Amino acid sequence: MTNSHPVSGSPDKEPATEPALAEAAGADRAATMAAPERPEEPRPSLGRLFLDNLWAANTVTVTVLALLLAMLIGAILIIVSDPEVLATYGYLTARPADALNSSWAVVSEAYANLFKGAILDPEASGFTAAMSPISETLTYTAPLVFTGLSVALAFRGGLFNIGAQGQATLGVILAAVTGFALPLPPVAHLLVALLAGAIGGAVWGFVPGILKARTGAHEVINTIMLNYVAVYFLSWIIVQNGVQNPGRADAISKPVDSSAQLPRLLGADLRVHAGILLAVLATWFVAWLLNRSTLGFELRAVGANPDAARTAGISITKTYVLVMVLAGALAGLGGSQMVLGTTANALTPLVVAQIGFDGILVALLGRVKPWGVLLAALLFGALQAGGNRMQSYSGISLELVTVLQALIVIFIAAPALVKAIFQLRAARAARLQTSLAKGW
Amino acid sequence: MEPGEIHALLGENGAGKSTLMNVLYGLYQPDEGEILVDGRPLRLSGPSDAIAAGIGMVHQHFMLVPVFTVAENIMLGAEQVRGGIAGFLDRRRARREVAEVSERYHLRVDPDAIIEDLPVGIQQRVEIVKALTRDVDLLILDEPTAVLTPQETEELLTVMRSLKAAGKSIVFITHKLGEVKAVADRITVIRRGRTVGTASPEASRDELAALMVGRSVRLTVDKQPATPGKPILEVAGLVVDDDRQCRAVDGVELTVRAGEVLGVAGVQGNGQTELIEAIMGLRPALAGSVTLDGEQINGWSTKRVLRAGVGYVPEDRSVDGLVKEFSVAENLVLDIYDRPPFGKGLALRPDAIAKSAQERIAQFDVRTPSADAAVGTLSGGNQQKVIVARELSRPLKLFIAAQPTRGVDVGSIEFIHSRVIRERDIGTAVMVVSSELDEVIGLADRIAVMYRGRIIGIVGPDTPREEIGLLMAGITPDGAGMTPTGDTPASAPESPGNEDKE
Repeated sequence: MTNSHPVSGSPDKEPATEPALAEAAGADRAATMAAPERPEEPRPSLGRLFLDNLWAANTVTVTVLALLLAMLIGAILIIVSDPEVLATYGYLTARPADALNSSWAVVSEAYANLFKGAILDPEASGFTAAMSPISETLTYTAPLVFTGLSVALAFRGGLFNIGAQGQATLGVILAAVTGFALPLPPVAHLLVALLAGAIGGAVWGFVPGILKARTGAHEVINTIMLNYVAVYFLSWIIVQNGVQNPGRADAISKPVDSSAQLPRLLGADLRVHAGILLAVLATWFVAWLLNRSTLGFELRAVGANPDAARTAGISITKTYVLVMVLAGALAGLGGSQMVLGTTANALTPLVVAQIGFDGILVALLGRVKPWGVLLAALLFGALQAGGNRMQSYSGISLELVTVLQALIVIFIAAPALVKAIFQLRAARAARLQTSLAKGW
Repeated sequence: MEPGEIHALLGENGAGKSTLMNVLYGLYQPDEGEILVDGRPLRLSGPSDAIAAGIGMVHQHFMLVPVFTVAENIMLGAEQVRGGIAGFLDRRRARREVAEVSERYHLRVDPDAIIEDLPVGIQQRVEIVKALTRDVDLLILDEPTAVLTPQETEELLTVMRSLKAAGKSIVFITHKLGEVKAVADRITVIRRGRTVGTASPEASRDELAALMVGRSVRLTVDKQPATPGKPILEVAGLVVDDDRQCRAVDGVELTVRAGEVLGVAGVQGNGQTELIEAIMGLRPALAGSVTLDGEQINGWSTKRVLRAGVGYVPEDRSVDGLVKEFSVAENLVLDIYDRPPFGKGLALRPDAIAKSAQERIAQFDVRTPSADAAVGTLSGGNQQKVIVARELSRPLKLFIAAQPTRGVDVGSIEFIHSRVIRERDIGTAVMVVSSELDEVIGLADRIAVMYRGRIIGIVGPDTPREEIGLLMAGITPDGAGMTPTGDTPASAPESPGNEDKE
């Protein structure tokens, strides 16, 4: 018999009977087995082959489908949450057109606004208005790239960094304090502030890294705990003398000097700043580090099989610490953009927003690959930017965007679900078979 | 298959033995053809169908929950509830069943023992008991002896014979000829997914081996007499603990000279693993010294030891030897990735890595679709060749190979052995640790027998197997040595697990 399943290339040593493997391979196997069961069919046509390959567990396909599914469920939520539209369903049987029209209207308007806010508003006139959506998207994207890379890098090294939030928080604190406390010339000031942010994050990554390497303390627990420490440290430091803005009674720090601000890229009216360039640079750097450097080789080896890495002379202790320091530095850089960029220029208790936690989602969505992370961050940035417009123009709560993000990630995290819903390959083949039996 | 028969399925790695049996057990669906049970065609959509049809399987890698007790593992999947109330497990009944089955087939297991505390051989027995409690008539054993010590193998073969006497049929998948000859009633040889022959156990080992690989194979290793040079590795008074902080190596003294093969024989678990790990810097030495070419190397990091010219084939290739997710090319540089020409400073040279991978693949006959294929998709023999290729592709002073051919098909064994000898002939000191006595005898110029953390004798390769076997059991020829105690399994030189030649 032929066995086209790739994992069972070594059926002797690695029977695909390990439960996880079997489960993961289940769909595939059913799919590959189903195909040759139709001996009457001659060579599949080119179009057929193309479809087969497209429907195979292609990550791009699954991602796009997950996006579509999430938007579909989002549409239902929009309809359900609008009382006027919902009212039309009361007399659905009498005048179905009413319900359908009003549903279509509210959903299409919402998604149109999402699109206009995130990518392009066709009615906009003038350069600033036309570029505004992209500018907003990129502004939201930049810090997410950094936190996403932070989580992805650690993940490749076998560590689950839940602490990007805390590392970003430490980064933002050090970047802001450097930004308003040190009197430095423009370019140097920015560089020093960024460096300070990176160091802050690196320190916050080093702690769980060294604990993991030396004592085996689990990094998930330690990073979560350090997130709390960082958040409360931020709340505390904001109201200290020398940090708090003397002119304000609420919890806000002094503003960062303009010499430490990231320059705006498209003029004063658009918020997009040099952070997005740094993000692309960081993505390139992480991609190089992972795939083209000896350190990345060690990191991936330790992540995939620490025992073999150790036997090959790679120091696991050193690698774990380095991974966490680098991950922390990336998250710290992401955090520092929250005050050095255009989002805010002073510390507040919520200045970091959710970029650390969103970074976990971005990393998963980007399949923990650097360029994938960049694209995923772009998607999240676009949803965020579009969601703002959707809220103000269509009156749909911004939380819907959060729900959309969550749904996308759930569908991504469960590719089997997406495949089942879209009846990918296996089910398609089976369906084809039954229709053949009926004399199709 | 006849009732009450042991049918051996023999074939090289990757020949399709396990795939065939996975089809029988309902894990894979056949593309074509059918399975007949008692003359009726059988369609299996999953293992539960197979169990219902009276087919049970013991996998090469056990399917047990390590933290559960024996009884819990056995009832897993067929949980009985007490008094018909869902949610209340009838543990007592499960334990009774276990006791009953182990009684009936003389398979001693303690129903209350926790799986992870049990040795591998007993875990396997639990798997067999588990299959038997499901009332199977046909039991499939997928390479059951790959993980067993010779004693455990011997016990397993006894169990198989008693099951046969009880009327059960057994399909026995293996590539060890000795075992097949010892228990099988009928032998089917599979090569590249086809049945290439059926043989009776009277067939000679050479005939069977030739059927398996499709050409005649030398089971003995051709080599010239060694020309030992100066001592390369000197171990003196080495003391090492194992993971449980028990003394594993207790004052080992040995010397390996340039241009000779020192074979370390011994029943597994007598400190061989810990000895090597201590030499490699993977495990701290508590006392004693390790000297490599005149330099003290204890306390060195593994990387430094490797850099000093030591090649190391670890005992467990899938755990310690390879990163399965990595490509063949990446695995070929796993311990030299940061040295020129593969790495310079922080940068890797992917083209240099790819080029050297192509050469190694050709040179060591690694059968892989491409250098970029993940190593985990290769068969066991080819995975082992990747490791051997990696370690032998740089100039070495000392080459340490632990179980270099475990779970490897006959063709690859021959190849790996010839490379080991070639390495010896260019003047490298070679240390081969193996629980296959035949391998040690075939390769070694001197054989050190390890027993309970000590070298209890160093003999020549011409020493009769029986004598080495006695040494492995802790009995020295002069009778003054240690006497085997009840808890130490005595090594059986005549054990088929040792691939004896008659």
